[in-house]
Amino acid sequence: MLEIKNICKTFNTGTINEKVALDDLSLKLNEGDFVTVIGGNGAGKSTMLNAIAGVFPIDNGSISINGEDITKLPEYKRAKYIGRVFQDPMMGTAADMLMEENLSIAERRGKKRYIKWAISKKDRERYKELLTQLDLGLENRLSSKMGLLSGGQRQAVTLLMASMEKPKLLLLDEHTAALDPATAAKVLDLTDKIVVEHHLTAIMITHNMNDAIKHGNRLIMMNQGKIIFDVAGEEKAKLTKTVLLNKFAEIAGQNQESDRMVLS
Amino acid sequence: MEMITNWIGTIPGAVSQGFVWGIMALGLYITFKILDFADLTVDGSICTGAAVCTILMTNGYNVWFAMAMAFIAGCIAGLVTGLLHTRMGIPPILAGILTQLMLWSVNLIIMSGKANVALSGFKFRDKLLISTGSVNITKSIIILSIIIFILVTALYWFFGTQFGISLRSTGNSKNMSRAQGINTSFTTVFGLALSNGIVAFSGSLLAQQQGAADINMGRGAIVIGLAAVIVGESIISKLATNFYIRLLGVVLGAVIYWLVFQTVIFIGLPSEYLKMLSALVVAIFLGVPYIKANLSGKKNKSGSVKNA
Repeated sequence: MLEIKNICKTFNTGTINEKVALDDLSLKLNEGDFVTVIGGNGAGKSTMLNAIAGVFPIDNGSISINGEDITKLPEYKRAKYIGRVFQDPMMGTAADMLMEENLSIAERRGKKRYIKWAISKKDRERYKELLTQLDLGLENRLSSKMGLLSGGQRQAVTLLMASMEKPKLLLLDEHTAALDPATAAKVLDLTDKIVVEHHLTAIMITHNMNDAIKHGNRLIMMNQGKIIFDVAGEEKAKLTKTVLLNKFAEIAGQNQESDRMVLS
Repeated sequence: MEMITNWIGTIPGAVSQGFVWGIMALGLYITFKILDFADLTVDGSICTGAAVCTILMTNGYNVWFAMAMAFIAGCIAGLVTGLLHTRMGIPPILAGILTQLMLWSVNLIIMSGKANVALSGFKFRDKLLISTGSVNITKSIIILSIIIFILVTALYWFFGTQFGISLRSTGNSKNMSRAQGINTSFTTVFGLALSNGIVAFSGSLLAQQQGAADINMGRGAIVIGLAAVIVGESIISKLATNFYIRLLGVVLGAVIYWLVFQTVIFIGLPSEYLKMLSALVVAIFLGVPYIKANLSGKKNKSGSVKNA
């Protein structure tokens, strides 16, 4: 489904701040995979997601979805295949626009936008139905400005926006990190529901190991721009926090040298 | 008493002028408010519109054709600014200034090197759409009202279309827009072209109203336009959130601006102070919300100390 081959990305090449963010990374996802991604700060998790989404060009390697090479496509063209939810609830929606306008924009992701009145009565009915399914009481706030919603509500709506025009791939970049625990749990449940309902292929970055274990059918751990641990299926189901913590300790040992430099 | 009647006599002129600048401000509204792009191209493109219209009309072309060409010329100016920004990564303000400077030359070339080309006199008496003078002022105001009504309706409709709302989201959140598959470079360039087209169109009206195209007529235009947008917004936003009303509010802002201006001149302020005055008006309107927010922030801080 998604195939990443040997991608590399270095930021600030040739300067004192040079940082290898992705180091010859390869990853293959099967249809319907729900992958959780963990790793320390600067491991390259978000960089990998942004590389897939096309936020910046990569230095090397190739990315393809369903056999189609998207390496050279700009971000907005990749949106045809990819739905995204960001860490910052402010980023996924247009705050000064109405909720129905946000939904209308999302509904035409990957389609041509015509000079034709955007929102009909029928559209409103459909949006209402979709919002009812979120079960957050948002169905009567279609004509509210997005910015008036809470962070959790906005993430829920962003999830809806990412999935209402079914994407081939859903990218979730720590989308619950900015929420309080109760809201985060609710948004995660909703994520599970949407992924299952639409049979989506998804990648979810999280800092919470329990969430990483609990959700999805596959887990990868990243360190220094590489995937260092990749489990799926049965093995993933049996995974415990202790195993992951040991893995982290192992990496920490390897990284000690650089950590010492940072801390000194 | 006589003074008051004299003052009342200046009102139609101010309204007519306010309407022309209101159209200009509607163009500016697209970049400044909708695209969140401070576009300085307008100081040049308003004159481009005036020059194109004047030259075409002195060469015997029909006023509507001349105004349409002015619109297109303005669109091209906006296109240049848009491409400087999106293709060459030049920051919005600098991109606008660069185009504005280019337009200075372009405008002189259009006017065959002359700094001022007249668009008045017997030759044009029946050909101009609007003009000053007490005989024509009512007619001018009616025609301008119709143009404004059509323009506001068209803009209201356009920004409610599938493509139109993608322009609005571009100005509101580029991240969200790109993630939803909107080519934000294209929408930005399109918005700039449309905006400058409208500004140049208002320039073609301004030339008819003033009876000439002048190379200096655009100097400080952005400040007058901004004043109209800001004054209009601050009045209307308290009364209605409806987009149609807000667009009309921009025109109202321009009318208020010129009414105040005429009054200030009438009272006897020397005209060399006028540009200073308009800049100060904009600075105050832009600055007051910020200062207010800071003050209330301080109050909240001391309040929380009390609560603690």
